[in-house]
Amino acid sequence: MSYFAKIFILLIAATIFPIMAMIVPLIIQPRQPNKEKNSQYECGVDTVGRNIIRYRISYFLYAIIFVVFDVETIFLFPWAVKFNDLGLFALVEMFIFAGILAIGLAYAWKKGALTWK
Amino acid sequence: MNNDLNPALFYFLAAVMLLSALAIVYCRNLVYSALFMVVCFLSIAGLYAMISADFLAAVQIMVYAGTIVILIVLCIMITRRTTMERTNMPEKKYILRASVLAGLLFFLLAYIFVNSEVLPTTNNIIALSGDTVSGLADLLLGHYMLAFEIAAVLLLAAMIGAVVLAKGADEK
Repeated sequence: MSYFAKIFILLIAATIFPIMAMIVPLIIQPRQPNKEKNSQYECGVDTVGRNIIRYRISYFLYAIIFVVFDVETIFLFPWAVKFNDLGLFALVEMFIFAGILAIGLAYAWKKGALTWK
Repeated sequence: MNNDLNPALFYFLAAVMLLSALAIVYCRNLVYSALFMVVCFLSIAGLYAMISADFLAAVQIMVYAGTIVILIVLCIMITRRTTMERTNMPEKKYILRASVLAGLLFFLLAYIFVNSEVLPTTNNIIALSGDTVSGLADLLLGHYMLAFEIAAVLLLAAMIGAVVLAKGADEK
């Protein structure tokens, strides 16, 4: 069996499992609905005002920093896999790479983009 | 490694990809479009996995399905709208321009694919297969090291640009 076939089987199992978890309650659940049960936040606090509002731009800053470091991980991964063969030069290269990104993080920190007001 | 392109799996993934791409365009609710984008990106990752581009498939899932879509959903969240209904309406006035561009792109791609010799036939898939990640590491940190460092500068520019734009908007 090939490498990807195993992943594919895992994917199928991971898809079937939540579907079964939804189907089985549909079959065996007792149905006694009332107004409180049918409300969206049965156990929570009722919403005040509209729920579609503009969110603060700070969320976007976190997101963009997340994207940048996600892409950095992508670059780190092949380097980490071949770490033993690549040697010192690649280590220096990777430090330069991470250093350039650290400048960005330091800039964001300095500008207060990471503090929550 | 799986070296034979299973036609049934290929057509299944291609159909899922095309249908979800159509759903991205035709969903009237932007959030649904963004979520269909996840399906589209995942099926593209499946196609990459089928041609043994395992690292590319992982990147497709991690960066595109995992991150870019989150970014798009966040962008929907930080823009002002009263309701999510009818937020992705087709723009009638752009249909002609869009179809001309799409047609041009189609013929360009068809021309490239017909004339190209690097199509994923079974032969060069076998040549590609094996450990793609370590081959990539050799190229990335060896021959293409300048491009690699420039990629870091590009990411830095994106980060600083976002901070400058967002702080400007915050102080207003």
